[in-house]
Amino acid sequence: MLRADLSIIASNVPTGARVLDVGCGDGALMAELRAKGCDARGLEIDSADVTAALARGLSVIQGDADTDLADYPDASFDYAILSQTLQTTRRPDLVIDQLLRIGNRAFVSFPNFAQWRIRMSLMFGGQMPVTPQLPSRWYDTPNIHHVTVDDFRGFIATLGIRIEQQWFLSGNKMTTRAGANLFAEHAVFLLSR
Amino acid sequence: MDDRFGLNRTVTLHGPLALDGGGVLAPVELAYESYGELNADASNAVLICHALTGDQHVASAHPITNKSGWWARMVGPDKPIDTDRFCVIAVNAIGGCMGSSGPETLADDGQPYAMRFPVVTVSDMARSQAMLLDHLGITRLHAVVGGSMGGMQALSWAAHFPDRVAAALVIASTAKHSAQNIAFHEVGRQAIMADPNWRGGDYYGDGKTPDAGLAVARMAAHITYLSEQGLTEKFGRRLQAREAKTFGFDADFQVESYLRHQGLSFTDRFDANSYLYITRAIDYFDLAEEFGGHLAHAFKRTKTRFAIVSFDTDWLYPTAESKLIAQALNAAGAAVSFVELASPYGHDAFLLDTPGFDAVVSGFLCAIC
Repeated sequence: MLRADLSIIASNVPTGARVLDVGCGDGALMAELRAKGCDARGLEIDSADVTAALARGLSVIQGDADTDLADYPDASFDYAILSQTLQTTRRPDLVIDQLLRIGNRAFVSFPNFAQWRIRMSLMFGGQMPVTPQLPSRWYDTPNIHHVTVDDFRGFIATLGIRIEQQWFLSGNKMTTRAGANLFAEHAVFLLSR
Repeated sequence: MDDRFGLNRTVTLHGPLALDGGGVLAPVELAYESYGELNADASNAVLICHALTGDQHVASAHPITNKSGWWARMVGPDKPIDTDRFCVIAVNAIGGCMGSSGPETLADDGQPYAMRFPVVTVSDMARSQAMLLDHLGITRLHAVVGGSMGGMQALSWAAHFPDRVAAALVIASTAKHSAQNIAFHEVGRQAIMADPNWRGGDYYGDGKTPDAGLAVARMAAHITYLSEQGLTEKFGRRLQAREAKTFGFDADFQVESYLRHQGLSFTDRFDANSYLYITRAIDYFDLAEEFGGHLAHAFKRTKTRFAIVSFDTDWLYPTAESKLIAQALNAAGAAVSFVELASPYGHDAFLLDTPGFDAVVSGFLCAIC
């Protein structure tokens, strides 16, 4: 069963597209895209995940999104995908810039830090939230750049990037665009220049 | 039964094989083995290229040492390189001493070539293997696989014969031999040449071979195949079969005893002149140089799939060198995978049971089965 944000991405990538999945994990999305006839390549920092993806016969390079995207030629993919990885990068702005240099379009998904449960947890608990979508504690989290839906929209606007489509998830269910900053647990954006 | 296939095969090909060094080799003798059956459309061949002191006995007993093949744990029925599925071909590299043309081969005058044998390169090795595949009726390899010098041959294959290689698996290798590694080779060669039995390479007649020099060469090289962590775990400062230091120059330490044994036993199975030729071929390897100085140019418009594997404690061909290959392939738009696996055993990890390694090899080879 593919994670909900990955399902959205998988069903919106056309058959036969050339796709780079940045932070591809064990290659679950890539395998789905391969089954659709896409030419899927991956970049992943974790050696065990890369090993698992290679064992599935996928093309994955062990590397770091913050530094190794520079090695890819311009416009070499139809789509670049960054799922649940943006908030772990050192420089999200530079990474997004690279995604749209390498890919003609980019899918970016991330957990929304302004979702009401997180707000409540911080407001009433007074502690950094630990939720199902953000299970790490403040000291061991890989998520070093928490971001909200509204932050992301504003940030994309300042970069002059176009939002082609957007999807919002609460649990595994789609939720509306109105009030997304408060209700969405996860957001998926399709971007282009 | 097609007698071109099976164990302990040899063939003399007419040639000529034009060499990078300018000369030609003719005829070309090749000693090789095959494992598993070639399918009807000859599409399941996997060429395994061996390292410096390896040979064609990938998964069969070595005729001199009687030990099992150097990659028997990787190659066989239901092994990661599954011989129920693939027809595995392994060829003794030219310049070697296990039956392919090399310094021990007799020249036209009936005497061994010795140092009259032409200096060959890694790409010459690949070209000689291509001649063998022509002879075997294999136009396109399902994959070429190699570790160390074998990985260099795999890269050379993909660069020089892009239409003949569907996939290339390059393990613990490099696109160019570093200054430090040339330096280690030169130590080995000088040890051989300094042995009074070497005599300019003309030692085949009287059984007095430069074993002492070859053993030292092997000892020095062997250290580069291990890691400090591996040596410490295996030997530490433990003494060899004694309670106390002798205050002499016997092999007091286990590590000394081990290296001496490695050096001596190596001379039983390897020819000193071949050691000179093969190390030279490796020294000369710089794939980018063969393609105008840009490694990415070696793989322009390649359709070959690549997997590059390194080991974290390998200081002979460290991960950084594998990353350079992956970067060049990426720049060329190739379908490339790269992974660094964890092992305490240094360069030799590619011969050993390293977690994740088998799954990577079988996954890569079967991705387009």
